[in-house]
Amino acid sequence: MPADLHAHARAAAHPAAPCPGCATGTLADRPDATVVRHHRTVAKAHAPGTAPEELRRRLAVAAALPEILLPPLTPAPTALDGRQVTCWPLGLPVDPRDPGAAPWEDAATLTARLHRTPPPPGLPAMRGPRKAALAVARLAAEAPGHPAAPVLLRAWAALPPWARAEEPAPPELGAALCHGDLHLGQLVRHPAPDGPWRLIDVDDLGVGVPAWDLARPASWFACGLLPAEEWQRFLGAYRAARGPALPADGDPWPVLDVPARALTVQTASRSVTKALLAGRPLDGAEEALVDACGRMTAPRTGVL
Amino acid sequence: MHCPKCHAPMHTYNRNGVQIEQCSGCRGIFLDYGELETLTRLESQWAQPAPPPAPGAPAWGAPHGGHHGGHHGGHHRPRSFGRMLFSS
Repeated sequence: MPADLHAHARAAAHPAAPCPGCATGTLADRPDATVVRHHRTVAKAHAPGTAPEELRRRLAVAAALPEILLPPLTPAPTALDGRQVTCWPLGLPVDPRDPGAAPWEDAATLTARLHRTPPPPGLPAMRGPRKAALAVARLAAEAPGHPAAPVLLRAWAALPPWARAEEPAPPELGAALCHGDLHLGQLVRHPAPDGPWRLIDVDDLGVGVPAWDLARPASWFACGLLPAEEWQRFLGAYRAARGPALPADGDPWPVLDVPARALTVQTASRSVTKALLAGRPLDGAEEALVDACGRMTAPRTGVL
Repeated sequence: MHCPKCHAPMHTYNRNGVQIEQCSGCRGIFLDYGELETLTRLESQWAQPAPPPAPGAPAWGAPHGGHHGGHHGGHHRPRSFGRMLFSS
């Protein structure tokens, strides 16, 4: 964690007055991000190596779309201890102990509205495929001996080059303003505790294939983890909000198939790498992902 | 009963509800009327491929009603799925 991140958050919360003794805390501390809170102000240290100009362009999108994305408190990142730091208002996240209360409709509607917004010129590419490629590269480097690794690497190799971040996506797949890393941790109510839901985390936001943003719930559903009813709520709300990633009706899977396979391989790769480093077996959900990867490349047999 | 071929005594076994007479001498097997059809039916059930994925799901999806149970309620979410819902 950058040494001065807490002080930075305090200064952002009280630009002109001494701190009266606010509630503070560390909300997240991972290799790719550290997030601290001071009263109603949040400071985020972005991943080491984050390009300041690209981050500034992504922040500008959030500042311009406060009805969709949580707007930053300052328009540009600050360099602190070699990291890019941004400040945000505090929001209330989805309760991880109650995923059944997940706001699927809000997530889908906000995503559809984001996808319908024309991307500003100069915005970098959405980083979804790049993150999937990084997860698979890490699996290959750190867990090549795990019995599931060959299964995942085969499923990865069967994906088209654009989904592996090796080529730009074909234009016919669409080029929309995308979040790039949509999951239930990317939603907060602002103002807390009962304001409207907003999307957070612009690190992967950019121009890309919009179906990528639907692919995580699609993958969870396909792997038998997300109940069909919750998947249908998400899908129905996205279509009701005229999200451009999917045809208005009919089978969504021709569009979802490649991104959902990529996200399944990504999540499975992260799970297998973590399990190996922790010296523990895969649990039921992780096995479901690996099994799905196995079916992606299995030869079709049977009598049909 | 004695084997119609070598006349050694035959023993009766029950396999998956099918009565089978096997000769203790030549190991030949005698089936009653309808038992061959019953065995054929059991065999085809055994060899049947996994049930297809639910409608509106990809070919690589979990079989409909798969053992992970996600399609039926979801209140038994594995703990790691709870984490997956909230992480990259």
